Amino acid sequence: MTDACKEPIIEIADLHVAFDNVPALHGVDLSLRRGESVGMVGESGCGKSVTWLAALGLLPQRAQISGSVRLAGEELLHEPASRLDKVRGGRIAMIFQDPASALNPVQKVGDQIIEVLRLHRGMERHAARAEARRLFDQVGIPDPARRLDAYPHEFSGGQNQRIMIAMALAGRPEILIADEPTTALDVTIQAQILDLLQQIQREMGMALVLISHDLGIIGELCERVLVLYAGRVVEEAPVDRLFAQPHHPYTQGLLKALPSLETKPHRLVAIPGVVPSATDLPMGCAFAPRCAQRVERCGEWASELASIPNEGRHKAACLHVASELAPAEVVAA
Amino acid sequence: MARFVAIRLARALLTIGMVVTFAFVVLRASGDPARAMLSPETPAAAVEAFRKAWGLDAPVGVQYARYVLAIVQGDLGQSMRDGRAAITVVAERIPVTLMLTGPALALNLLLGIPAGIYAALKHGRLADRLVMAIAVAGFTVPSFVLGLVLVLAFAVELPWFPSGGAGTLRQLVLPVVTLGLGGAAVLARFTRSAMLEVLGQSYIRTASAKGVPWRGVVTGHALPNAAIPVLTIVGFMVGNLIAGTVLVESVFSWPGVGSLLVVSVVSRDLAVVQCILLVVAAAMIVTNVSVDLLYGVLDPRLRDASYPIGGA
Repeated sequence: MTDACKEPIIEIADLHVAFDNVPALHGVDLSLRRGESVGMVGESGCGKSVTWLAALGLLPQRAQISGSVRLAGEELLHEPASRLDKVRGGRIAMIFQDPASALNPVQKVGDQIIEVLRLHRGMERHAARAEARRLFDQVGIPDPARRLDAYPHEFSGGQNQRIMIAMALAGRPEILIADEPTTALDVTIQAQILDLLQQIQREMGMALVLISHDLGIIGELCERVLVLYAGRVVEEAPVDRLFAQPHHPYTQGLLKALPSLETKPHRLVAIPGVVPSATDLPMGCAFAPRCAQRVERCGEWASELASIPNEGRHKAACLHVASELAPAEVVAA
Repeated sequence: MARFVAIRLARALLTIGMVVTFAFVVLRASGDPARAMLSPETPAAAVEAFRKAWGLDAPVGVQYARYVLAIVQGDLGQSMRDGRAAITVVAERIPVTLMLTGPALALNLLLGIPAGIYAALKHGRLADRLVMAIAVAGFTVPSFVLGLVLVLAFAVELPWFPSGGAGTLRQLVLPVVTLGLGGAAVLARFTRSAMLEVLGQSYIRTASAKGVPWRGVVTGHALPNAAIPVLTIVGFMVGNLIAGTVLVESVFSWPGVGSLLVVSVVSRDLAVVQCILLVVAAAMIVTNVSVDLLYGVLDPRLRDASYPIGGA
């Protein structure tokens, strides 16, 4: 892999987030290289979106955030809004789950894109409109000149997501964060949107973070995956490694619950139990109560991400992995 | 658009027809105008003559038919008290009332809406609680109580303003405040909740995520959306203002339509009461049509007839 030598564009270290003293993230570490595509997978509420909302300062003020988020070496966390406004939409863009409600219903879609072009690229109205037309073309909205003057309710869900993508591209970001971009869409449209994301990522050479609860989608689009559970990264690996040899029992459970067209049909297995609530996390490994491989020590083991021996880029936070390692190999949080 | 206007017009006519009928029935069911208008000692023959002169001797059905027919021809009848055309009697009071309701509506909007926005932006903090505490006090106190308290405080104890009458700017202050404050309080509460609702929407997060400064998010994205539900309430408030003037004009002896209505009801001056009700109904209809048209301006989804959002 040649991209291993590329410098990281963003580095998140030991990110903690709590709402009203209830922790939602327990020290997330994540780094992303230029042009890389990384998937983040996990059940709702595991902290996938919160990680990025916190990094961009988009959480409500009552959220308590600590740790570090460095964009090309510069700290973003707790920076003044005026500085974050330059980063948001300019260097890091984000698209969201339900495109119909993510667009302002009373503003023409063209104006919503032009707003970004004026903010981040300092374009005049006339030039911005021409550029918006080009962006519409790029994301595959037919008849762009006329459709710029339409409102979000005049588009389908898939088209609205294309508009969101056009809006995200308008600032020429280095990183695009797609937060469950296809969850609210029909299956056929999902595939189109994912193709579009992939194509645009290649054309623009930007880094892509794909947040999803669907490992299948991530497997299609991403080079690397982070599996999150209850506010922690529990496994991190290149996509093919993760699919071939998942180490964390939770990842194993996710894969068993995933239907496959390639291998022979197998019975899908659900993970027993439910995600613990953030106010009532078990001691030790948060997954232990649902885990078939649980041993007594799991209840007191401080969950830490550790490299798999001889697989430097594959890490898992499981006692069974950690106990086979020398202490020096445990990656410090 | 033509269909929209036609439907509104038909609805407006239906409303007017119902108001006309309602006024007719209630005024006749609640007492004999001849008895109310004339003193108790009036001889029976004179009462009979009065009834004949005003057409009150005819069967109720005939009276109703005559009355509706006259209205259709634009004749709203004569005041029984001074014989002038009822419409003239009412029309000369309308500007006097507008002098009260206009500034009161302005007070509603200019105080209520900014206060609501401010409270929403300071949600959960001391400023929010303070504004809301004042608003709750403002709309729980009935306007006639507020009026009397204001008179006691600022006309009797501190003789800054006159306690009644019309004509000077100083006489305008207390009735306008009395009439406008309650509505401003309602509007403040409503604007606040509309803003909070909108600020929690996904498109507000989108606007922040694309780097729009917070001030721009509020003015460019939150306010235009919050204006839609607020407009509904403003429409209702015009109705409340009309109702409120009846009380406030009485408290402050303001010679407007409201006090004319009170006098005319007491003296069973049928034509004038009916005329006032028609004017009020017409005002309400004009308000509602304006609100509907403004909805279309504010919300593109309502311009599009095929879009399945509840019709206004």
